[in-house]
Amino acid sequence: MSAVLPPHGVHGGHAGDHAHDDHHDHHAPTGWRRWVFATNHKDIGTLYLLFSFTMLMIGGILALCIRAELFKPGLQFFNPELFNQFTTMHGLIMVFGAIMPAFVGFANWMIPLQIGASDMAFARMNNFSFWLMIPAAIMLVSSFFMPGGAPAAGWTLYAPLTLQMGPSMDAGIFAMHILGASSIMGSINIIVTILNMRAPGMTLMKMPMFCWTWLITAYLLIAVMPVLAGAITMTLTDRHFGTAFFNPAGGGDPIMYQHIFWFFGHPEVYIMILPAFGIISQIVPAFARKRLFGYASMVYATASIAILSFIVWAHHMFATGMPVTGQLFFMYATMLIAVPTGVKIFNWLATMWRGSMTFEVPMLWAVGFIFVFTMGGFTGLICAMAPIDIQIQDTYYVVAHFHYVLVAGSLYALFAGVYYWGPKWTGVMYSELRGKIHFWGSLIFFNITFFPMHFLGLAGMPRRYADYPMQFTDFNQIASIGAFGFGFMQVYFFLFVVVPMMRGKGQPAPQKPWEAAEGLEWEVPSPAPFHTFEEPPKLDASATRIVA
Amino acid sequence: VNDLKGGPGVNQINLPEPVTTIARDQMWLHNFMLIVCLVIFVAVFGVMFYSIFKHRKSKGAVSANFHESVAVEIAWTVVPFLIVIGMALPATKVVVAMKDTTNADLTIKATGYQWKWGYDYIKGEGEGIGFLATLDTEQREASNSGNPQPVDNYLLKVDNPLVVPVDKKVRIITTANDVIHAWMVPAFGVKQDAIPGFVRDTWFKAEKVGDYYGQCAELCGKEHAYMPIHVKVVSAEDYAKWVDGKKKEMAAKADDPSKVWEQAALVARGEKVYAANCAVCHKPDGKGAGPIKALDASALVLSDNHLEQIQVLLNGRMDKGMPAWKQLSDTDIAAVITYTKNSWSNKTGQTVQPAEIVAARK
Amino acid sequence: MSAAATPGKAPYYFVPGPSRHPVMAAIGLFFVILGAGQWINGHGWGMYSLLGGLAFWAFVLQAWFRDAIGESEGGLYSDRIDVSFRWSMGWFIFSEVMFFAAFFGALYWARVFSVPSLGSLENSLLWPDFKAIWPSTAAGFTAAPGGTVEAFSTMGPWPIPTINTALLLTSGITLTIAHHALIAGNRGKTIAWMWITVLLGATFLGFQAYEYHHAYSELNLKLSSGIFGSTFYMLTGFHGFHVCVGALMLLFITIRLMKGHFTADRHFGFEGAAWYWHFVDVVWLGLYVVVYWM
Ligand code: HEA
Ligand code: HEA
Ligand code: CUA
Ligand SMILES: [Cu+2]
Repeated sequence: MSAVLPPHGVHGGHAGDHAHDDHHDHHAPTGWRRWVFATNHKDIGTLYLLFSFTMLMIGGILALCIRAELFKPGLQFFNPELFNQFTTMHGLIMVFGAIMPAFVGFANWMIPLQIGASDMAFARMNNFSFWLMIPAAIMLVSSFFMPGGAPAAGWTLYAPLTLQMGPSMDAGIFAMHILGASSIMGSINIIVTILNMRAPGMTLMKMPMFCWTWLITAYLLIAVMPVLAGAITMTLTDRHFGTAFFNPAGGGDPIMYQHIFWFFGHPEVYIMILPAFGIISQIVPAFARKRLFGYASMVYATASIAILSFIVWAHHMFATGMPVTGQLFFMYATMLIAVPTGVKIFNWLATMWRGSMTFEVPMLWAVGFIFVFTMGGFTGLICAMAPIDIQIQDTYYVVAHFHYVLVAGSLYALFAGVYYWGPKWTGVMYSELRGKIHFWGSLIFFNITFFPMHFLGLAGMPRRYADYPMQFTDFNQIASIGAFGFGFMQVYFFLFVVVPMMRGKGQPAPQKPWEAAEGLEWEVPSPAPFHTFEEPPKLDASATRIVA
Repeated sequence: VNDLKGGPGVNQINLPEPVTTIARDQMWLHNFMLIVCLVIFVAVFGVMFYSIFKHRKSKGAVSANFHESVAVEIAWTVVPFLIVIGMALPATKVVVAMKDTTNADLTIKATGYQWKWGYDYIKGEGEGIGFLATLDTEQREASNSGNPQPVDNYLLKVDNPLVVPVDKKVRIITTANDVIHAWMVPAFGVKQDAIPGFVRDTWFKAEKVGDYYGQCAELCGKEHAYMPIHVKVVSAEDYAKWVDGKKKEMAAKADDPSKVWEQAALVARGEKVYAANCAVCHKPDGKGAGPIKALDASALVLSDNHLEQIQVLLNGRMDKGMPAWKQLSDTDIAAVITYTKNSWSNKTGQTVQPAEIVAARK
Repeated sequence: MSAAATPGKAPYYFVPGPSRHPVMAAIGLFFVILGAGQWINGHGWGMYSLLGGLAFWAFVLQAWFRDAIGESEGGLYSDRIDVSFRWSMGWFIFSEVMFFAAFFGALYWARVFSVPSLGSLENSLLWPDFKAIWPSTAAGFTAAPGGTVEAFSTMGPWPIPTINTALLLTSGITLTIAHHALIAGNRGKTIAWMWITVLLGATFLGFQAYEYHHAYSELNLKLSSGIFGSTFYMLTGFHGFHVCVGALMLLFITIRLMKGHFTADRHFGFEGAAWYWHFVDVVWLGLYVVVYWM
């Protein structure tokens, strides 16, 4: 573990040591205290990343259980109840345990480095945000062992099915409260860091795109996490204290839950993609050796996506029976999002256009992201057409859509980011060959897994089904095989890329491994020393270099 | 396994063959979207891959240094906007048509129960007919066995299909008894959530006689995958005949809840009710499984106090996964309770009469 | 780490060194949620876990705040940190606003959509006797179509809620007076007005407790009085909880004032608590209108 960051103060000779000073080695944190009591943004970032990778494995294993059961018709391994628990927990763990914390980990590591700040604005609260996730994760995962098993109402936790769940539902609700608190504190930290701690000269419109996307994401988070907390609090009081929010016999309405949930839920999916856009926006210019095209419009597009995300929520509810006007409004609003998202895609293309490209592993993932995410975007657009959605709502088509945007979107961008910044974090280069194997293997298996799900959905196979009609067998088998292959690639990634990097095995990374990468993170040695930018650096006019 | 007509086809890759105008419009829209998206996709990624192959360093490409162009940026904002409008227009027409449930010839209420569908004909020819549709028990057992024999209508066979006339506008009112379910028939282009406490509606006008299938499309608990929908579309004459037969059958079956039954008759009837409804979870031998309570040798079943068991059946014990069965008739509930009290190792000799259920319902 | 920069001058941006507080606080909260989840399901031991966790958590928090206050009073906080606190408090309050929005949204949805549609012609198929009148209170055809809710009376704006409105508005003014006094450097006056503010807040809570008692014992208005009771108690209850928190904040600030903390030009702790108090005030005005009047 200790090689992830060199023990405090023992950093290898770094030339041009302008970026930091650390004369304070005398109370260097060491051993477990360094991690548990951490106030250092880099250590906390590492903690987040490790936590999220663990959750990815747990969520992934649940996914493999799902795929194993669906390999052929009939119930071979699990009873339907357990199957529903797997589906629910897979969704919850992936969304709240794997993807979101991973991006927060990136934010912790990179935002201070990119804006020339010494740390996050509230270092102790930062650690609190991290440690809150542990009790929540324990509660969530251990709910499998509670009487009645884990929550089995889907990750969307629709009432009134949640009212029928056992005690684990309450554990789940409290866990989500805690996760929400953690996210809100984390977001406030990020907002304040970005707004208040930029080095002089780093104006907002010179800030790296990753910081911009996270700033906007953080706003989304503080706006919608409390709404989720409200929704599940109502579930809790309906379950135990006799309220009737979702109970029609008392004047309430189950559909009200869905409105409140999706008011959170739709912005939530953009919370999981905007930082991914940010990572891609950093990587593409670096490997095209050309500045990001249309920086300003990139910022505006991100903001537009965020704003629009608040008025499209009911596209998840076309089948609940809204009035015509409601369906039309939400259909139009949703389709509009294709425009700013398109702007982002086109900007990336224009950045590549007439560049001088090389395809190291981060770039491969970035290009893979753009290609496959766009497919997911198009299927999203197809879902957004209310009449078509009537056919595919709650079928595997939707499952295919959101894995295209979440796995090929968010997760791919995370991989891209790990390869891109990993050398900065650990001080060693990954193996190019292994990275390529990981990329191509994942890309192929990903499509084998999820592409057939479009067909299943169109043919009418509903989601959250433990068993299905015989006609769906072949595509399910292909998907299951793909899923195991994809899982295998991630095990490979862990054992042959992550573990060596963590143990410091590999070529030592230069300060700036990528020829044309821009940004302050490349102005400090690799691995990044424990303390950076304790005094704000002096920046050149582009705010990407430090002038001595 | 072969294609199931009106249901899923083997390795089917697009929407099912439509039998209503709405489904046809949806299919058209979907194909239209596929083409438009494919064109955009090819155009956009054509450019990207061209660039990837031509503008690479290994080919000696030197990077240009443009990084802004207001004109281009406006263009690629406006053009997608126009495309999106072009997509929304035809969709709007279909939405409006889809939502128009007026002037129906026949109105049927579909109620979602955990885990079956109840149908009540409320207006039009056949008014007054009502029945439940449950998945075929053998198929449910086959699923549990882990190795179901290949049959075309696996998990889609129900005991009482919904019967409707061809070429008539049928309005389906959906609601639910416990949690949200969704009533869908892909060939009709219909999917409508069934929400407890509220009614929603949708409609279809089937153009072809035949059998059409769908499944519950909203997670509703453990048996979510096991509450299919089977709609039989028949000619006007056949429909009239069916209505006639059904009415007679219902009249014959209608029980007088004040009738006092012999124990043996109740047990015999209860056995059928049990097999159709309870055996899935509590198992034919009454031993239950896992979290599902055993009825064999259960204190509650053996007790002299009938009311407790009646209450469990009427209201369910949702905390334990037991749904409410109040939709069953008084006689059926009395029969099934009597059956459990006198089967397997349970030998109480007690009889529960329908009148007790009537009293308990109050 | 670089706590001790040049003596007498705050570091550019003070970053605290390793701290045990966050992880301890998280452990406390673990016992809180563990206990809450179990107690609610009838396991008595959950209560001890919940209360023990809360106590531990509160204990850790006070140690944490003491550290922070010490750093602040020790001159480690530069102006930039002051700005950080401002941003963070502002956006924290925004997130609180969104929390209340969920419940206001629920009330809106119930009144404008769900109750009318439960009483609509269509729905008479299911609830033939139900008439959608808000806040219909008679048993039978109440806001509770299931007939499961006993008859109750609603809580009008007179007299307690109006008195409470006056109390909160007044407390906003007294707090502002205290703030001006602090800026003017008149510590005695500040402390006096702060005490008045805290007292007004406490009185508000007292009245609210009385109001709840009255509602339960005389109006038969309960948490379980259908959607009306649900929204009424959840909105006013969460608000009351926030008043409680706000009053505690003001109390601690008053105590700190008495200890000589804060200066005329640097007192963000004071201002943060004041912002929070005004936020609580504004939420109340919203409640007063939509819950009691409409
Ligand atoms: C990262 C997460 C993410 C992202 C980015 C998106 C992006 C989009 N999503 Fe998706 N979505 C989910 C995650 C995500 N979604 C999840 C998790 C669910 C299921 C939740 C559940 O029920 O469990 C879901 C479900 C979902 C539904 C509900 C389906 C249903 O349940 O029936 C809909 C319907 O409108 C939808 C639409 C869209 C649209 C229009 C976009 C758009 O943002 C896509 C925009 C992108 C493009 C269009 C491609 C690029 C653009 C161009 C190349 C420009 C040119 C193009 C045109 C002019 C067309 N999504
Ligand atoms: C956010 C991210 C995310 C991610 C990354 C994934 C990843 C995957 N998901 Fe995801 N999925 C969701 C979010 C996500 N999912 C959501 C929100 C739902 C909806 C839930 C609901 O309906 O409520 C869902 C539902 C869902 C379903 C539908 C279930 C149903 O309707 O019943 C299926 C079915 O195939 C599925 C499959 C997969 C597979 C095969 C992967 C694979 O990509 C997973 C690959 C990863 C691994 C396999 C892990 C590898 C690691 C190991 C194997 C450990 C090795 C250990 C060591 C070396 C120590 N998912
Ligand atoms: Cu009924 Cu799913
Ligand atoms: Cu959405």
